[in-house]
Amino acid sequence: MSKVKVTIDGREVEVPAGSTIYEAAQQVGVEIPTFCYDPELTRVGACRICVVEVEKARALVASCAAPVGDGMVVHTESERVVKARKNILRLILGNHPLECMTCQKTGDCKLQDYCYYYGVNEAGFEGEVKELELDDTNPFIRRDMNKCLLCGKCVRKCEEINGATAIDFMNRGFISNVGPAFDDPLEESPCVFCGLCVDVCPVGALLPRESIGKGRPWQVEKKEVVCPYCGVGCSINLHIKDGEVIDASAVEDSPVNRGHLCTKGRFGWDFLQSEERLTSPLVKQNGVFVETGWEEALQEVAKRLTEVRQKYGNDALAGLSSAKVTNEENYLFQKFIRELGTNNVDHCARLCHSPTLAGMEKAFGIAGMTNTIEEITGAGVILVIGSNTTETHPVVSYRVKEAVNNGAGLIVVDPRETRLAVEADSFLQVRPGTDVALLNGLAHLIIKEDLVDQKFIEEKTEGFEELKKTLDGYTPEYVEKITGVPAGELREAARLFGAAEKGSILYTMGITSHTSGTNNVLSVCNLAMLTGNIGEESTGVNSLCGQNNVQGACDMGALPDKLAGEHSIEEKDTGLTAVEMMKAAAEGEVKAMYIMGENPLLSEPHLEHVQEAMEKLDFLVVQDIFLSETAQKADVVLPAAAFAEKDGTYTNTERRVQLSRAAVAAPGEARADWEILCGLANKLGMNWDFSSPEEIMKEIASRNPNYAGINYQRLEESKGLQWPCPDLGHAGTPVLHREGFARGRGKFHPVEYAPPSEETDSYYPLWLTTGRHIFHYHTSTMTGRSRGLGSHVPEEMVQVNPEDASRLDISGGDTVEVASRRGKLNARADLTDMVPPGTVFMTFHSSELAVNFLTSDEMDAEAKVPELKVCAVNVRKAEQSH
Amino acid sequence: MGEEATALPEIDLDKVDEVVDPFLGKKGIMIPVLQNLQEEYGYLPRPAMEKAARKLKIPVSKMYGVATFYAQFHLAPRGRNIIRVCKGTACHIQGASKISDRITEILGITTGETTEDYRFTLEEVACIGACALAPVMTINDNPHGRLTPDRIQEILDSYE
Repeated sequence: MSKVKVTIDGREVEVPAGSTIYEAAQQVGVEIPTFCYDPELTRVGACRICVVEVEKARALVASCAAPVGDGMVVHTESERVVKARKNILRLILGNHPLECMTCQKTGDCKLQDYCYYYGVNEAGFEGEVKELELDDTNPFIRRDMNKCLLCGKCVRKCEEINGATAIDFMNRGFISNVGPAFDDPLEESPCVFCGLCVDVCPVGALLPRESIGKGRPWQVEKKEVVCPYCGVGCSINLHIKDGEVIDASAVEDSPVNRGHLCTKGRFGWDFLQSEERLTSPLVKQNGVFVETGWEEALQEVAKRLTEVRQKYGNDALAGLSSAKVTNEENYLFQKFIRELGTNNVDHCARLCHSPTLAGMEKAFGIAGMTNTIEEITGAGVILVIGSNTTETHPVVSYRVKEAVNNGAGLIVVDPRETRLAVEADSFLQVRPGTDVALLNGLAHLIIKEDLVDQKFIEEKTEGFEELKKTLDGYTPEYVEKITGVPAGELREAARLFGAAEKGSILYTMGITSHTSGTNNVLSVCNLAMLTGNIGEESTGVNSLCGQNNVQGACDMGALPDKLAGEHSIEEKDTGLTAVEMMKAAAEGEVKAMYIMGENPLLSEPHLEHVQEAMEKLDFLVVQDIFLSETAQKADVVLPAAAFAEKDGTYTNTERRVQLSRAAVAAPGEARADWEILCGLANKLGMNWDFSSPEEIMKEIASRNPNYAGINYQRLEESKGLQWPCPDLGHAGTPVLHREGFARGRGKFHPVEYAPPSEETDSYYPLWLTTGRHIFHYHTSTMTGRSRGLGSHVPEEMVQVNPEDASRLDISGGDTVEVASRRGKLNARADLTDMVPPGTVFMTFHSSELAVNFLTSDEMDAEAKVPELKVCAVNVRKAEQSH
Repeated sequence: MGEEATALPEIDLDKVDEVVDPFLGKKGIMIPVLQNLQEEYGYLPRPAMEKAARKLKIPVSKMYGVATFYAQFHLAPRGRNIIRVCKGTACHIQGASKISDRITEILGITTGETTEDYRFTLEEVACIGACALAPVMTINDNPHGRLTPDRIQEILDSYE
């Protein structure tokens, strides 16, 4: 790239041609004031505060937008410049409420800073002022548009980064304003409350509602933690005053989220302070919980576990670890259960990630998202299948958006018309549970139209000929019959995917939570290998994990068939999986359970069955931060510290191990899970002497070769390390399978389509598919106790297509009965085209309307994942609306 | 609004399809779509804009931004007959304000307003280029020139 020489305030600097004056000034350390500039957004040059004087130029120029020229001489603080800036500030002050005394932005306000710097105290002229109504109707953001400078950064963040495009400029001239269409309140707009707009507002027009009046910027200490929600693993700065979190913001230099968050990360931290937090161990006496000391509680657990072991044997015990707690804690949990003499340990990855482990290991030899999140932005085409990324992994959806803005093609395969589907070049609205047929159909066409990567297949894979044979029958017409996707649309999608140089595939539970989960994953792997989209940047099979430590919990061996480091256990010694544990408990084979940080009484399928199982247990100990639905059934409840209250590491979906340090103290007597586990282990004579998570990590590094090069010092010095990281000199592995596959050659696995575990019939004529929405997380244990998230979407509804609704005589808002072969519930109907005719949708967040009373516990034969994503239901108007 | 407000015809959203369908898949079509919608409904009804935005995959916030930026677009229902009183220099000198005062007296509306029965909307324009006829106004596309206040009633009566 050619360089040009410019002189800025007497300092000469060489910058790439095409740089702006502002960027050149930054290089020589000259700060130029800006309101509307943001390095990741389109340059608009709207606010004019960044004007500078360029020698020989007639007018002042906006430095944020004007490119440098060779030999340019720039003055950033000349008399003319200062005069112009003062005038701009006066004009703003003439129409800006001077409420600095009480404004939450004081101390962090650009207008204030610049007025201070240039000594501007008042407008000096009078004119009309804006008198707009305060928008204070939503629980997240307070909008006072009288303070708005119209810099438009919020508009661009919303459109260019998030993609919600909920707000824009409206009107013209003096009455110009920024807001949602029809000047609606934010609450009624497509806003998803990610807070990106709040964080770029240079003044106090957009404020985080919960933080108002709670502290000034200079009273706040920022501490970095890993977000407790989804598998993206964003870094968050918690703003802490007097030991209390009062606000949060994104960490700018995090390689994962680089300054972006979603609504849960930005506004969902306040469950930490909920009155409902568990603060003392509880022991159930005569059916009632009684607060006890730790000594007594741990003694009770040790005693009861020992009794069960003695009476029924070690395999009468089972433990559920958690994808929400740290690696260190997962490691200790499985160690604890195994030292008790059983492999009956599992966690909720059974419900989401297990087919990925099974499938990818067979195809590639190692299981994990093959590439990094950031690489998505460089893909030529992105295939999103079974992932409502916008709602379940919002920050990943920002990267998809960026890729699309960079010109990438987007293919979305989903039963529902998700937001990404609306934006896609190709949307294949597939029937629930027919993904193998669809993926085989795409592969069939890619072979037929000669879009395969022949060199890759020959050099790096095996089994292509067998695959080809199986795919032969999957003609677009045959696939259309199974999936409902028109043959022509399938052809277009296959061409789009096959023709791109770099194709990235993203998937989530829409692929895995099926009886065909492992086969779905294998089909995805086939498609990626067929097109040579493995082992290179911006390609890959990218499984998006649901929880912030799914990958880590699996790496730590919190699985019945694996120890830390993917050391498989002999098949005859394999323990019970999550769903099997419940079945065994119901049958009286499992007598005692230890559940840490999970809520199977909402998350597991066929809940009625799970409830019965729980009730049959002789002993149940639950370790949690809240008295969850599951904890209520426990004999002993152990109060745990939450994510921000302890040290430890989490491994995000892209295999990045990140260190999160305690930012605030745990409430009452609550303790970190690792401390509780150590205490309990020693009560049972295990003689553990871990004094910190750092020490536990040392043992992990010695057990799991992928973690061998990881220690706390390295994690602190870096922004996380991506495994495999085999030795201390290793920088981590952003892209898997670069030098060939872990198993030698990548293996194609021909898989045939098999229908879901149950069919629709005249009694149960509709498909029910389940999922999540953006404002809640899993069983809402945390989000339900967040003031904002908990109140924003108060009610679970069932999505019904208007066509079905009219046939069933259902109007929007009517209470309907949704019944499956296992249970029924009443919910209000939300009529929407988002679901196709013949399919209804519910989330699994609600405890009042627990959809898992309906879902099936039929399992994938290999991964033992239950079919949460599809079951047959009947929907009818409820007899008694209430 | 009074009883007459109910005289406003119901919004037939099927017309949105007729207007929008020829534009599907094309770029740079927001303004012509809005113009044609306005042609169809007389103004830009919210549900029609929302439906059009959804069909065209344009964020409704963007559509609203454009619709409120240009003076040619109207977001509230307008009268069946649009009166535009010229306030250009020639008309001003020839007593244009007496003309609009008389209209206000008869219809009870001022500039920018619509009668409750949606019969008339009163607007002002800077110049319609018919200075020889000053003072002049147009109703719909018909010019009425050399006006005097006492002719107004009769002219208005000729529009239903």
